[in-house]
Amino acid sequence: MNPTRTTDVVVIGGGQAGLAMSQCLTVQSIDHVVLERGDTANSWRTERWDSLRLLTPNWLARLPGWSYRGDDPDGYMSATEVAAHLDAYRISISAPIRTGVEVIRITSTGGRHVVETNDGPWSARAVVMATGASSNPHVPGVAGDVPGHIQHVTPIGYRNPSQLAEGGVLVVGASASGLQIADELSRSGMEVTLAVGDHVRLPRTYRGMDIHWWMDTIGQLDERYDEVDDLDRARRLPSLQLIGSPERRDLDLTTVARNGVALAGRLVGRSGNRAQFSGSFANMCTSADLKERRLLDRLDEYAASHGLDAELGEATRPSPTASSPPLLETDLRSINTIVWATGFRPAYPWLDADLLDHKGRLVHDGGVLPVPGLYALGLPFMRRRKSSFLDGVGPDATDIAEHLVGHLAHDIAHSNI
Amino acid sequence: MTITDTNTENNTADNGVNVEALLGAREMLSGAPAAAQFTFSATNEWVNGTHSRSTVKEFFGLGDDQSHRQPYSVDTDHPGIFASEDNGPTPPEMILMGLAGCLTAGVASVAQNRGIQLRSVKSTVEGALDVAGILGIDPDVRNGFGGVRVRFEIDADATRDEIQAVIAQSQKRSAVFDAVANPTAIVVELV
Repeated sequence: MNPTRTTDVVVIGGGQAGLAMSQCLTVQSIDHVVLERGDTANSWRTERWDSLRLLTPNWLARLPGWSYRGDDPDGYMSATEVAAHLDAYRISISAPIRTGVEVIRITSTGGRHVVETNDGPWSARAVVMATGASSNPHVPGVAGDVPGHIQHVTPIGYRNPSQLAEGGVLVVGASASGLQIADELSRSGMEVTLAVGDHVRLPRTYRGMDIHWWMDTIGQLDERYDEVDDLDRARRLPSLQLIGSPERRDLDLTTVARNGVALAGRLVGRSGNRAQFSGSFANMCTSADLKERRLLDRLDEYAASHGLDAELGEATRPSPTASSPPLLETDLRSINTIVWATGFRPAYPWLDADLLDHKGRLVHDGGVLPVPGLYALGLPFMRRRKSSFLDGVGPDATDIAEHLVGHLAHDIAHSNI
Repeated sequence: MTITDTNTENNTADNGVNVEALLGAREMLSGAPAAAQFTFSATNEWVNGTHSRSTVKEFFGLGDDQSHRQPYSVDTDHPGIFASEDNGPTPPEMILMGLAGCLTAGVASVAQNRGIQLRSVKSTVEGALDVAGILGIDPDVRNGFGGVRVRFEIDADATRDEIQAVIAQSQKRSAVFDAVANPTAIVVELV
C-alpha cells in the first residue's frame, strides 16, 4: 500500500468525462491524477451489450483537443470503437491515469480532500467526480416481488439474446435501451413483452439530416441548466427512442409491435401470478407523439427562418404510434427473464451521506458541490442538455476547470494569511 | 424538448383557476412531505334494496382535520332494467363522473398555467362493462370496466396540438385517472 501522495486535483473516472477534465487541467498546467477502477473507458469495454452503438453520430464525439478520426463521421460507433476513440485520446493528451484504482472514501477537511483508494491515499486541493451517470442500474421495488424462477438482467449485464433462457421475456422500460433490447430479442425469435411508460420518440433523420444534427444546430444541446423551466424534470427525461444503425433506421413502438413485440402499459404491480400494467398506455403514446410533433415544428420553423428550406428535403412526418390495445397483465409463469431497462441512478458510496439529498442524489449547482473543491462531471443536464453525452463533457469540463482555477487561487491566497 | 408555455409573457387567460395558489402550495409542500398526506373519506348508509346514500364532509390534510363548507350527499342505486328502483346514478357511473370531473379540473388548471383561454369544455365518458362478470356467469370476465373512453370537445384559444397537450398533461396529474388506470390496494373490514 502506498503512503499518502499529494497533488492539486484528483479526477475520479477515466472515461470521456475524466479524460476531458484531465486535458482541461493540463492546459491550465494544473497538477493532477486520474484514478480509474478498471481500464481507460472501462464501462465502454465491460458494461455494454455486443450490438450496442452510439445514439449520436460519430462527428458528435468531440472532446477538448480531439475529434472523431475514423472514416464514417455520420455513422454510429460500436462500444469497442468508442473505447478505442477514448484510448487514442488518452494517449494523445498524455493523461496521468492510474488504472485498477478504486476509490473507497473521500474526506474533506479545511480545504484538503483525502481520497482513500485500494492503492493508498491521495491528498488533493480539489476532486472532480467524473464517474458518469450510468454506473448503477435502477431496478424498481416490484422486482423483489416476482416468482423465483425468473432471471433478472439489466442493460449493464446484457450482452446478446443467446444469454437468456428460452421462453418469454418481459422488457420493462421503452427508452433507448429497453426498446433496442426488446427489438433485438424479438428479431432473434424470442417472445417479448415490452412495458411502456413515459418515453420520448424522434425520427432518426428528418428532412435528410440526422436528428442530432438538428438538435445541435438549433442550439438545443447547448441549452443551459439555469435557462430551463423545470430542471428536475429535464434531468429525468428518458433517453430518446433511437438506435444507431448503418441504415439509419427509425426505432419506435409501432415498428417493434409490427415485428411481434407485445406492448403493455407501465409495470405497476404484481397480483398472484400476474404482472399488472397501467391503463395509461394510450396517454403515454399520445404524449410522446405530441412532444415529437412539437420538436419537429420547431425544426421546421428554424429551417424556414434560417433559409434552409431550399437545401433540405421535404418534411415527412412520422405517423402517430399505432398498436393494438396494450396488455394490462401477463402471466409471470410464462416469463423466464425480465430485462430491467428502467434507468440508472449514480451512486457515491465513497461520499459522506450529507452531500446527498434524501433520494441519494448529489447536491450541486451545475456540477459545483457546496463543499469547496468538490466537483462533478458527466451528469444528465448537469450544466447543459448534452452534459451526459460524449460531446457534452468537453464544454462542461472547461467550465469546471475555470471554476476550479478560481478555487485554487483563492485557496492559496487564504492559506498565506 | 421542454414544454414551452403559450402566452406566458402576457398570460391574460382566466379560466377561474387560482394557479398561483396551486404553485405556491406545490412549493410549500415540497419541503413538508407530511403536510401533503391527505385522507379523503365518504360515509354511506343503506336505504333499501340497492339504494344507499353516500355523504362527504370531513377530510384530512395539511396536518389537520378539514371540512367542506357543507355536507354533500349522493344517492346511488341500480336502474329499472336491473329490477331496481333507479333512485340515483349507479356506483360505476359515479366513477365515470369522478373521472370526468378530475380530468376537466386538470384541463382548466393546465390551460390556465399555459396561458390558454378556455371557452367551453365538454366531455363524454364511456365505460364498457360486461355484466357476465358481476352476475357470476363467466369467471374470465372482470367485474369492472373492460375499457374506458373519454371524448373531449374543447373550444379554446389554442391550436389543436396545444389543446391535446393540455389533455395529456391533465391525465398525467389526475388522481382519478390514476385510481382507475392503476392498481390500488383496498381493504374492507367489519368493525
